[in-house]
Amino acid sequence: MIEIKDVHKSFGDLEVLKGIDLDVNSGEVVSIIGASGSGKSTLLYCINAIEKINSGKIIVDGVDVHNKKTDKNKLRQNLGMVFQQWNSFPHLTVLENAALAPQIVKGFTKAEAEEIARKELIHVGLGDKLNEYPTRMSGGQQQRLAIARALAMEPPYMLFDEVTSALDPELVGEVLDTLRLLRDDGMTMICVTHEISFAKEVSDKVAFFHEGLIEEIGSPEEVLDNPQRERTQQFLSKVL
Amino acid sequence: MDLFTPLSWNDTGFILTGVLNTVFISVVAILVGTVLGLAVGFVRAESSKSVNILLGGFLDILRSVPLIIQLILFSTFIGAMGYPLDPFVAGSIILSLYTMAFMGEVFRSGFNSVPMAMRKAARSLGMSYWQTVRYVRVPIGMRAVFPSWLGVALSVIKDSALVSVIGYMELLRTAEQLISRTQQPLMILIGVGLFYFMISYPLSLYGKHVERKMEI
Ligand SMILES: Nc1ncnc2c1ncn2[C@@H]1O[C@H](COP(=O)(O)OP(=O)(O)O)[C@@H](O)[C@H]1O
Ligand SMILES: [Mg+2]
Repeated sequence: MIEIKDVHKSFGDLEVLKGIDLDVNSGEVVSIIGASGSGKSTLLYCINAIEKINSGKIIVDGVDVHNKKTDKNKLRQNLGMVFQQWNSFPHLTVLENAALAPQIVKGFTKAEAEEIARKELIHVGLGDKLNEYPTRMSGGQQQRLAIARALAMEPPYMLFDEVTSALDPELVGEVLDTLRLLRDDGMTMICVTHEISFAKEVSDKVAFFHEGLIEEIGSPEEVLDNPQRERTQQFLSKVL
Repeated sequence: MDLFTPLSWNDTGFILTGVLNTVFISVVAILVGTVLGLAVGFVRAESSKSVNILLGGFLDILRSVPLIIQLILFSTFIGAMGYPLDPFVAGSIILSLYTMAFMGEVFRSGFNSVPMAMRKAARSLGMSYWQTVRYVRVPIGMRAVFPSWLGVALSVIKDSALVSVIGYMELLRTAEQLISRTQQPLMILIGVGLFYFMISYPLSLYGKHVERKMEI
């Protein structure tokens, strides 16, 4: 379980998160929507300790993420993250991309790491690209590689930050299909997304961010079909 | 009796020693300069502004004072201190530092060429800072600057000729001695130029080959 309690975060004078409370239970899919600049990415970075927080608490499976004594590298093994940009390692093949972290971080042998990597790559539909170099692949394929690369660490949680935003429209579908696959596997996920209909379909909870606060949160039916807050209504009328 | 003796097959060994000495000091300078340059480039890429101004200033001096002056100053200074160094040692030290200064800038831009987003992606997989350096920034960044690295290496081979001024018997000095003995400067200098070409050209061909292979 991920527990986020009254999290504040500033960059210099700019307060980006102004007291976020959010719980994500095991097996849940939580989508975060909201205008650009509202702090969605920053929250994900704070969850896996890539960014520090100013106050509040984030607890993942009982571990206080921002405690000085917490081993951040170990913590991140439990929190797979996929970004808007896929960031494939261009010097490695698809298989090596996905096998690198299990090998050097978890200490598996090369053969073991490649076995896990192969399994995840086949799962996301890249079984025929194992020895390809990522720069030769489409954005959609590279994004699926990024997902498999994160999954190869076998994390109980996955964080997705607008993973389809940088893709050509015709490639969005294959990546969303991969996310659906993970949802069906029972993966616990936080998805920052602009794909409202996708959020409606897969989410257990939807949170609408506005200027560093959760303006509205609830089931997809509540937040997306019958938003109570005016700002949510305005936002949805713009993006739908 | 002839004052000058023409070039003969007996000179082969002498010339070959000159060629090997050029290759030898170049290899030493490129190796040492690359290793030190990696360290310097990394420090440059990761340091605060003040460290960079200091280190950058030192490197600027090494890069902008002509190598020949550095060689003469260093060996004169060391000699005056009472520790005369073998020309090979003195030459290797200066040529390596000179190489380091250029390689440092090459590697700095290599380290910086790996975008922050990619480093964050690596960290998000649980890699430590040093694992990210070792497995992501070094291999990706160094590939990106390989052509510049090769350019520096090739010019070091040519610059090594200057070590002759402090008495190291490399190819050029060998040639000078042959010229004063034979009085056949044209032929000898053409020969020497050819030797430099024969040392450098395969390297630059190999570089092109590697570049093409890395493009995939
Ligand atoms: N590293 C940073 N340094 C300074 N400001 C930042 C940094 N990252 C994000 N910001 C600012 O924080 C705000 C929220 O950014 P972000 O979390 O990326 O929003 P979102 O993902 O919702 O679009 C923006 O105003 C952005 O400019
Ligand atoms: Mg964002």
